[in-house]
Parts: sequence; C-alpha cells; structure tokens
Amino acid sequence: MMTNESMSDFPLKLEGDNVPMVSFRKVTKSSGSLVVLDALDLDVAEGEMVTVIGPSGSGKTTVLRMLMTLEKINSGVIYVDGEPLTHMPNGSGLVPADSRHLRKMRSKIGMCFQHFNLFPHMTALENCMEGPVHVLGLSRKEARERSEELLELVGMADKRDQHPSRLSGGQQQRVAIARAMAMRPKVMLFDEVTSALDPEVIGEVTNVIRKLVAEHNLTMLMVTHQMGFAKDISDRVCFFYGGSIEEQGTPEQLFGNPQKERTQQFLSAVKEAI
Amino acid sequence: MFDWRWDFTWEILPRLIVATGNTLLAAGLGYGIAVVLGLILALAQRTPSRALTLAVREAVEFIRSTPLVLQIFFVFYVGPQFGLRLSPWTAGMIAIGLHYAAYLSEVYRGGLESVPKGQWEAATSLNLSTARTYFRVIIPQALPPSLAGMGNYLVGIFKDTPMLSVIGVAELMHTANAIGSETYRFLEPYTLVGVIFLVISLPTAAGIRLFESWVRRKLGMK
Repeated sequence: MMTNESMSDFPLKLEGDNVPMVSFRKVTKSSGSLVVLDALDLDVAEGEMVTVIGPSGSGKTTVLRMLMTLEKINSGVIYVDGEPLTHMPNGSGLVPADSRHLRKMRSKIGMCFQHFNLFPHMTALENCMEGPVHVLGLSRKEARERSEELLELVGMADKRDQHPSRLSGGQQQRVAIARAMAMRPKVMLFDEVTSALDPEVIGEVTNVIRKLVAEHNLTMLMVTHQMGFAKDISDRVCFFYGGSIEEQGTPEQLFGNPQKERTQQFLSAVKEAI
Repeated sequence: MFDWRWDFTWEILPRLIVATGNTLLAAGLGYGIAVVLGLILALAQRTPSRALTLAVREAVEFIRSTPLVLQIFFVFYVGPQFGLRLSPWTAGMIAIGLHYAAYLSEVYRGGLESVPKGQWEAATSLNLSTARTYFRVIIPQALPPSLAGMGNYLVGIFKDTPMLSVIGVAELMHTANAIGSETYRFLEPYTLVGVIFLVISLPTAAGIRLFESWVRRKLGMK
C-alpha cells in the first residue's frame, strides 16, 4: 500500500467541468514479481466507448477486472463518476475502500464476461431479475417488466423461460448483456465477450452492443480481439503493451496510421491471422 | 441344521417393527442435525478468518478420526462429569449428528469448490451480497454434485444407528438384543434386523439416485 504522503496526491473527489466517468490515476497492479499494470493513467469520458486491444498478458483484461472490483490494485486510485472507487474519503485523506463503499460504488458498473457466467439454475428471465429484485429492491413485477424489455432489446424475449444450458453461446451472451443492463449501470464493461463464441454467432452479439451504443448514453470499456468491430464502434482505441498504454487514438488514427512500432507489429500480426 | 421358528418370528415381528420406527426417527433426526450443522461447518471454513478456518478444520478432522461409538459414550457418560446430564436420545442425537456433520461438511466443501469462479464474479458484478451469493447462486449449484455423497451418508447414518443401543436407545438393535436375552433365541431377531435394514437401505439408495436426477432437471442442469 502507498504511504500517506503519496496518497495526498489524489483528490477526495474529482470536480469541475468534464469530470471523466472513469479515471485511472497511476494505477499499479502486480502479481508476485510480475508487474501487470504499471502506473496506468486512463480517463474515459461520459458516454465514451473505449476499446482496449493488445497481446495477451498486456494487462488489458486486468483493467476491466479492477474496475469491477474483482481484483485489488496495489497503488494509485480509480475514480468512477467523480468518486474514488478503490478508496474512500476518511477525514482529509483517502483510505482503502471497505466493503460498504465498494457495494455503493459497484452499483454504477456492469460487466459481461468471456464465458457469460450466467447462473445455470435460473432461466434467462430469472437471471435478469436476480439483481433488480435482490440488490435494487424492485418488486418482482417491476423487475420482470424491466427484464422483459431488455430481453426484447437483445432479441431473447422468446427464450426467457429457458435455462442457459438450452441456449447457444451467442444467446447466453445476449442474456448476460441484458442481465448486466438490468442493473442500470453508468459504465458497462465487455471483457472479450465474443472470444468464446463460434464465428457465425459473433455478429448477433456485436449487433446488440452496436444497438446499446446507438440507443443508450452508456460509458463503455471493451476488451476485444475483433478489430473490425473495434474499428467501427469505438470512439477511442487503446493499444496495451507490457502493462501500459503504448498508443491510443481514434480508430482511424490507430488502425489507419499507427505511430509506434509495437502497434504496427501487433496490427499486422492480427491482420495475417485473419 | 436350522432351527428357525416361524411362530416365534411372527411373535417378535410387531416389537421389531415398532423399534424400526425408533431407528428411522433416530436416523432422521441425526441426519437433520448433520445436514444443517455440516453446512455451517463447511461455510465456517470459507470465511476470511484463518483462525476460524483452522479451528473448524481441526475439529472436523478430530471427529472423523475417532470412532463414533467412542463419541457416543463420551457425550453420554463423560458429559455428566461436566454437569451435562443428557437422556440417551439427546446424547445419541448430539453424538451421531455431530459425527455425520463432520463427514457432510467435507461433501459440501467439495460441492462448494466445484462451483466455477466465474459464478462468484458474476454475482459480484451484480452487486449481490455475500450471503445472497451463497444462498441464491453458490449453494444451489453446489447441491447436485453433493447429493450422491449426502445420499451415501444418509444410508450410512441409518446403518450406524445400532450403535446408539450401547447407551440404551430403544432402536432396532437394542430391541433385538432385549428379545435375545429374554428368550435365548438370537437367530430370528438378528436375522429380522438384517432383513429390515436391507429392505429400507436398498430402496433408499435407489430413491436418492432418482432424487438427484430430479434436482438436476429442476435446476435446469443436465
């Protein structure tokens, strides 16, 4: 953990105009002697769609997992919606967040996983209703209406009473997106949501994400290997290498005219694979 | 060679059937205690407190490594020295319930560990509390893989109830012994006890398998 002196570099709150929805400030994450993320600085504006690409082991998934509080950070502070996520104010300084603070802050964030992680003993509808009923305290009727609406949005309304084992990967992922959206998060995280899918069903999931981008003013962070998808959906693309951002820019800049050698190498290697 | 007496058999059968009721009651009560207490012992080993985990772990190992009959004697005969005067039934239920709770906690532990990490992460991402995550997400999924083991111990506790006869619980074995010492005939009562155990154990084991597949279907898991 950091000493108190260096913690004072971090404000208790982000204020002013254009406060980013998500802000990583000098975030470091290491596992043993391996540095997974090295003093990462990354701001994501409200409503922005940021895609993270990079070779495996570059720390890109860790960025999302830290934001979802699935992994602890070693130093630095993450802010969400102007408030510290990993820490909480205590007097005039920040101290590591307790579980109550984490629960409050987590309600702003939703996440979809590579392997969907639907609850197998619940139907599609029950999966979507679980959080709204048991966390948000909605009545079953309200939760059902909200969930049915979202299942409609992802094109899964007719499968609402099926268990995940009866659904294809693409269908499961669409339900997982509806489930995360049912919590009305401000920030949505997509962690390689198409990586475990058969090629022919990738489109049905990316189309749902396109729809979310078009119809909802969500802030999104996405890790993907689908370069074409990243290119035409993102506001900004970040190329991660060795635990930090090697290069970032608009899709046109990063894919059309990459400046750094490592970015060029990665992109040409990806192109060859296709 | 055999000197099997049918008239004697029919004469003692009603007494043994009444005692079978007590055996079933003992097995049922003991199992009920074990099912609940075993879950508590399993969950207690998963808290962030290392001291608690270690203490429970050692207690479970201790119980599993000593004979049930000793534990029954201990609760019944040593208890009064500490001012704990229990009836044979109460002492017996505590001993056998605790003994099987230790075994069932291991079954649950395996079941809980079989639930993929992604389920925990999904529950966190939906902001479910730890308690809700356990009761709504983790335990329902830990149940099907635990059922086979739970079923084995249900039959096991049933077959171990004769040990309660050593402190005078009037179950099947105790009654058969009593008949033997009254009449000096052991062949019929002991044979009947064996037959009764068999007649109950075999369908129970089959029933457990049916129940297991029913639960899996009910939970939408193949």
